[in-house]
Amino acid sequence: MSNIPADLKYLDSHEWARVESDGTVTIGISDHAQGALGDLVFVEVPEVGKSLSKGGAAAVVESVKAASDVYSPLSGEVIAANDALSGSPELVNSDPYGAGWLFKIKPSNNGELQQLLDAKAYEKVVADAAH
Amino acid sequence: MGFKTPLYDTHVAAGARMVDFGGWDMPVNYGSQIEEHHAVRRDAGMFDVSHMLIADVTGARVRDYLRYLLANDVAKLKDSGKALYSCMLNEQGGVVDDLIVYFINESWFRVVVNAGTRDKDIAWLKRFSDKFGVDIKPRTDLAMIAVQGPNARAKAATLIGKHADEALQLKTFVGRELGQYFIARTGYTGEDGWEVMLPVGEAPKFWSDLKAAGVAECGLGARDTLRLEAGMNLYGNDMDENQSPLESGLTWTVAFDPPERDFVGRAALDAQRAAGVKRKLVGLILDERGVLRGHQRVVTAAGDGELTSGTFSPTMEKSIGFARVPVATGDRVEVDIRGKLLSARVVKFPFVRNGKPLVS
Repeated sequence: MSNIPADLKYLDSHEWARVESDGTVTIGISDHAQGALGDLVFVEVPEVGKSLSKGGAAAVVESVKAASDVYSPLSGEVIAANDALSGSPELVNSDPYGAGWLFKIKPSNNGELQQLLDAKAYEKVVADAAH
Repeated sequence: MGFKTPLYDTHVAAGARMVDFGGWDMPVNYGSQIEEHHAVRRDAGMFDVSHMLIADVTGARVRDYLRYLLANDVAKLKDSGKALYSCMLNEQGGVVDDLIVYFINESWFRVVVNAGTRDKDIAWLKRFSDKFGVDIKPRTDLAMIAVQGPNARAKAATLIGKHADEALQLKTFVGRELGQYFIARTGYTGEDGWEVMLPVGEAPKFWSDLKAAGVAECGLGARDTLRLEAGMNLYGNDMDENQSPLESGLTWTVAFDPPERDFVGRAALDAQRAAGVKRKLVGLILDERGVLRGHQRVVTAAGDGELTSGTFSPTMEKSIGFARVPVATGDRVEVDIRGKLLSARVVKFPFVRNGKPLVS
């Protein structure tokens, strides 16, 4: 069973978002997503300063098997990207909600947060995908 | 729901991630695909390849039949058990499938063809069989397990009792019926090892005994990265009915001599050679960060080409691929990866053999 932390928000395309105390939002891919992709070998994160729109392609994760786009759960400006992933993409497999984070944004529209899935709703997405 | 091999329940019980492959529910990995890959390069791993079709071809004129049907020449097979890799072509010189054929005796050959093409292949084999009076018998009563890696034969030999010595003496590319097993020193990984055919009912126990003997379970994911490193084509990716073997890195598998031997597709290949082959299949190594994938565009000074397969090589820790490019392509190309042109080197196959990278 994949791990779905209760304090995060999710997209049905398997990204997670965590609102930090300073109002910025950290983004990554879920435990379910990393498991489905298999061993990651390459991660392309967005450049700091880039402006993202909600649902737009923001990063790419590639496993041995395939490449997948990562979509931004929110609109906003990229304020940090996880450079450690260029040398150690496997961090996304081993610690998807921690050291395997992808990028941070400063959201431009906080209303969009309400449109994201909570852990319970995302759990249902994952369960449905298994059938 | 797809077709299931006799080991389906075993894979599910082991926690394998199952995927569709050519209509079959097959394990893509049991955990880490990269660890499975390394197990085969460094020790021993096993693959369920029961989805492939084994067929026995029998009759007094079976050798003549296969000399007409296959682009390689079974006249090369003189000793019982010897195997040959060949393409089966259509009249246009396109590849219907690639296969391995074993010479067992003068009235019995055995072929092993791809899973995704089995119905098409059987129809193709039967199209010419009446003329030669041969019988085609699919051996759906047999399962097949590939045991591959530097320690694979030694570990598997502990399970086959009195036949162990004889099996260990098999030379490369030779197979033999030993009791209930047909054991062949063949594979699709670039490592030493066996492909073992055995009765369907025996397969789950043989698999679990191999596991107990220290052979790692490996899925189709690792099978793909291993065959790519070994420079071995995958039907449907690297060649199909629209390309000839001459454009697919498989010229070495076509026996043009003796010139009087007619085989299906020969006229088309002769014409292609006379006119000059326009494209070739080459190996690529990406020096920049990224991953080569099938269908990416290849830009060369001689015109565009296309990746047919690509992956991340766990042994070389960089991305490798196969590309079909203009024949005049030099030793450098660029690959269009999501709109960026990245530099790649053109290299000879294979990339890796017997655990060691042959190119850096």
